[in-house]
Amino acid sequence: MRKMLNVLYITNPEAYLAKDGENLVVRVQDEEIFRTPIHYLEGIVTFGYMGASPALLGMCVEKGVTVSFLTAHGKHQATVHGTPKGNVLLRRKQYRLADSESESAKLASMFIIGKIANCRTVLRRFMSDYGDKVQIEEVDRVSKIMARNVLRLGKELLLDEVRGIEGESAQMYFSVFDQLIICHKDHFFMKGRNRRPPLDNMNALLSFLYSLLLHETRSALETVGLDPYVGFLHRDRPGRTGLALDLMEEFRPYLVDRLALSLINRRQVTGDGFLKKESGGVIMKENVRKIVIEAWQKRKREEITHPFLEKKIYVGLLPYAQALLLARHLRGDLDRYPPFVWK
Amino acid sequence: MMMLITYDVNTTTDAGKKRLRRVAKQCINYGQRVQNSVFECLLDPAQFAELKNTLEEIIDKEKDSLRYYYLGSNWKKRIKHVGAKEIFDPEGTMII
Repeated sequence: MRKMLNVLYITNPEAYLAKDGENLVVRVQDEEIFRTPIHYLEGIVTFGYMGASPALLGMCVEKGVTVSFLTAHGKHQATVHGTPKGNVLLRRKQYRLADSESESAKLASMFIIGKIANCRTVLRRFMSDYGDKVQIEEVDRVSKIMARNVLRLGKELLLDEVRGIEGESAQMYFSVFDQLIICHKDHFFMKGRNRRPPLDNMNALLSFLYSLLLHETRSALETVGLDPYVGFLHRDRPGRTGLALDLMEEFRPYLVDRLALSLINRRQVTGDGFLKKESGGVIMKENVRKIVIEAWQKRKREEITHPFLEKKIYVGLLPYAQALLLARHLRGDLDRYPPFVWK
Repeated sequence: MMMLITYDVNTTTDAGKKRLRRVAKQCINYGQRVQNSVFECLLDPAQFAELKNTLEEIIDKEKDSLRYYYLGSNWKKRIKHVGAKEIFDPEGTMII
């Protein structure tokens, strides 16, 4: 298994990234504030406008370090990576399957099974933790429908049917999500998902974390030699990393939703850390962003026994493990792709 | 694994000063300078072999010395820092 390396997050808008020998150097107004050997890192994520020298980007490409540029709100702008690695035969296989409607539907079902099963576990965990304190009939009802939807996905379906089930499940899930928020109800609520821009604090927090997750799934796919742009559930659209979005589905509830909920329910983030812009969009303040990134990095360093590999791995390596299993399935070494299902 | 690398390079001659600069530069490439001629390098065995090889080609074994300390993967329990110059944790959260 691959070693989990660190990701450097740059939130200071004045930071400039440069190369010195084999080091990454961060400068603010010509003063060096940080230096690290490049081999300590597997990724760099920067927020807001800032510069990076071409020499540094060249070194990152050569060493396989993914550099992602995000806006201050966490919207993805660009990622720098080198020539595609890995096996061209593997990628050809991926394109072929993506061209076939029925094969795409099979894989899409797997991603969505993972997603819905994990959403359901989020709900069930909540019921066992807080069932005696809050009304949970509705949560229980949704959880049961989700269990049925997972079974429905086990059959042969058309791609649009898979999308239908996913849409219905997501809508039901987010309709009870509000009940899972038990602190600061005036500031955090869920009246449905919205994005670009997110219109309330909860959606801003979720969107931000989803963009961190996307960086991870994308790098994971590139590491195993798959093309993150060609998806099965998410169809091709210029500039959209379809497969990275596909692979992300099964992790959304487990890695992001739960983290967002516990940040709020443990009062680590509060309503005054968010700003409502005139346009109606909500952004997070600098200090909250730091708290969220720190919690995210801490989460990635926890250990979990992978249900399919039956091996203890870091949570942060899950996207990589799943990308590997997907590559094995596409190569024909595995009969089906086993989505990550959290028990 | 975490390696602690220290060196003494004889700088009475110009050639010695040059060796010192070259040794320091290699160490910076692989790790973090924690004191003037002391480096903490988080390396895998291949990287360590690479670095070891490079350093030993630079130094003059008659005049200079190198010491490697193996701190292993449980290194955090074995290091305690007191005083000036903050050191970053290569496995910790890095936000700037």
